[in-house]
Amino acid sequence: MSANRPRWLRRAGTWVAHHRRAATDTLDGLIGAPLGTLLTVAAIAIALALPATLLSITNNLDHLAGDWRRGAALSLFLSPDMDEAAGERLAAALRTRIDIGGVEVISRASGLEEFRRYSGLGDALDQLPENPLPVVLAIYLAADLTEGDDVDALLEGLAALPGVDFAQADARWVLRLKAILSLLREGTLLLGGMLALGVVLVVGNTIRLEIENRRDEIQVMDLVGATGAFIRRPFLYAGAWYGLLGGILAWTLGATAIALLQAPVSRLAALYDTELTLTGLGPRETLALLGLATLLGIIGSRIAVGRHLRRLRPV
Amino acid sequence: MIELEHVTKRYPERGDALRDVSFRLGSGEMAFLSGHSGAGKSTLLKLIGLLERPSRGSIRVGDEDLATLPRRRIPAHRRRVGMVFQDHRLLADRSVFDNVALPLVTSGMPQEETAKRVRAALDQVGLLKFERAQPLTLSSGEQQRVGIARAVVGRPEVILADEPTGNLDPDLSREIFRLFERFHQVGVCLLIATHDLGLVQSLGHRTLVLRQGRLVADTPSKTPPGEALGS
Repeated sequence: MSANRPRWLRRAGTWVAHHRRAATDTLDGLIGAPLGTLLTVAAIAIALALPATLLSITNNLDHLAGDWRRGAALSLFLSPDMDEAAGERLAAALRTRIDIGGVEVISRASGLEEFRRYSGLGDALDQLPENPLPVVLAIYLAADLTEGDDVDALLEGLAALPGVDFAQADARWVLRLKAILSLLREGTLLLGGMLALGVVLVVGNTIRLEIENRRDEIQVMDLVGATGAFIRRPFLYAGAWYGLLGGILAWTLGATAIALLQAPVSRLAALYDTELTLTGLGPRETLALLGLATLLGIIGSRIAVGRHLRRLRPV
Repeated sequence: MIELEHVTKRYPERGDALRDVSFRLGSGEMAFLSGHSGAGKSTLLKLIGLLERPSRGSIRVGDEDLATLPRRRIPAHRRRVGMVFQDHRLLADRSVFDNVALPLVTSGMPQEETAKRVRAALDQVGLLKFERAQPLTLSSGEQQRVGIARAVVGRPEVILADEPTGNLDPDLSREIFRLFERFHQVGVCLLIATHDLGLVQSLGHRTLVLRQGRLVADTPSKTPPGEALGS
C-alpha cells in the first residue's frame, strides 16, 4: 500500500513522523526528569506570571475607571436667577458642542431630594423657608476627551458662560487614575520585556546543559550524516515544551493570584459602595501568553543550539 | 573514486600532520593506510570523511571537490562515506538496531525501508539476533561489527575505517577484515588505516605508508579481490 505512494509523499510522511517523534520523545524526556523540568518550568512561569498578572490587574482597574467615567464629569451650578427653563435652554446649547457627550438638567427639587437622601440633614432642610439649591447641569464628556488639560480648558470655558455661577470637575481623579494606569501598563510591558529576556536565558542555559549531556550522541549523528536541522530539532522542541509548560504554569499562577485577590478587593470596593469583580486573562490573552511563552522557549533554545553546535561540529 | 593532490593539513598548535600527500584510489579498490602512531593516518581519513578540511591541496571523492564543498552538502557527503572507528562510537542508550538505523533515520528514509535495510546489514555482519540488545552487553568484536553494519547500512560508495581492529585479538581482527573483504567484493571502495603491518602484508592489498605526514610508499595490490582471507 505505502510502496505505491509517490516518493515525495513518503518523504513528507517521514518528515512529519520525525517531527512527531522528536516532539513526543523530548516531552517524554522532560517528564522522565521531573525535578529538573519543574525547576526550569517554575523559573519561566514566575518570570511570565508577574507581568501577566500585573497586566491583568491593570486591565481590571482600567475597566473600573471606564465604568466611573460613564458618570458625569463636570457639574455646572447655575445662578439663583436661572430657573429650570433657562437651564434647559443652556443645556440644549451645550449639547451641540463636540467636546460634550451629553447634558442632564438637575432641577432644584430633584437636587434637594438627592441632598436630603445622602446628607442625613432632612430635618434641618425642612426648616428652610425655600429651596436654596440652584439648577445644576451635569456634563458628560465626549468620548475622545481624555486629556486632563482639555477637561480643564472645557471647565474654564463653561465656568465663564453667562448664568453659570460655579463649575466643578467631578471626574478629574478618574483621568488621573487612567494616567497612572497607562504608566503602570507601560512599566509592566518594560518589566515583561526584561523578564522575557530572562526566560530566553533560562531556556538557553538549560538547553546548553542538555547539549553538553548529549555531546557524544550529537557527534555520532554528525559523523553518520545528520543534517544540522535534524540535530537541532529535538533541542528546539525541548525549548518549545519548556516555554509552553512555563506558560501554562504562569497562567495558573496568575489565575490563582486573581482568585486570592478577589475577596479583599471586593471588601475594599464595598467600602466605596461599588462592586468590583476581578477577571483573569481572557481566551485571546491566554493564547497570546502561551504562544509568547512557546516562542521565547524556541528562541532561547535556538540561540543555545546555534552557538554550541557550531563548537561540536567545527567543519 | 578518491583522489588527493598535494594535500597538506596544518594544525596551529602542532604543525603539519600531513605534507603534500597525493594518491588515487579507484572505484571498488581496497587499500590499507599504514604507518606508526602520529604518522597522519587518522588525519587523512578525517579529511576524506570531511570531518576536517585540508589546509592546502584538493581532495575529490567521486565528482565532489571536498576543499570547496559547501557546508550544507557535508551531511550528504558523509552519507556517501561509511566510517568505522576503533572505539566504535556507538550510542550506549540505544539498541543495536537503533544504532545501525541512525544513518538512515537521519537521511529521512521511511521506517519500513529502514527496518528492512538495518536487518539486512545486521545479517551481513552476523548480528541479526542481537538487534534489540544494548551495545554495552556485546563483546568488543561484536560492537565493532555493529559499527561496520552502521557504516554499510546506507550502501555507501566508500568505507573509511580508522584502526578497526585496534582493540581486537588476531582472530577477531581476521574476522573483521573478512567482513571488509566481502564489501570489497561487491564494489565498495575501502580505505583502512591500521598499524598492524603483519596482517596488512599477509593480505596483499595495496598499501599506502605514511611517515611523519608524508606518503613514503605505495605498494600495489598482489591479491585479486576475495582471495586474501578466503571466503
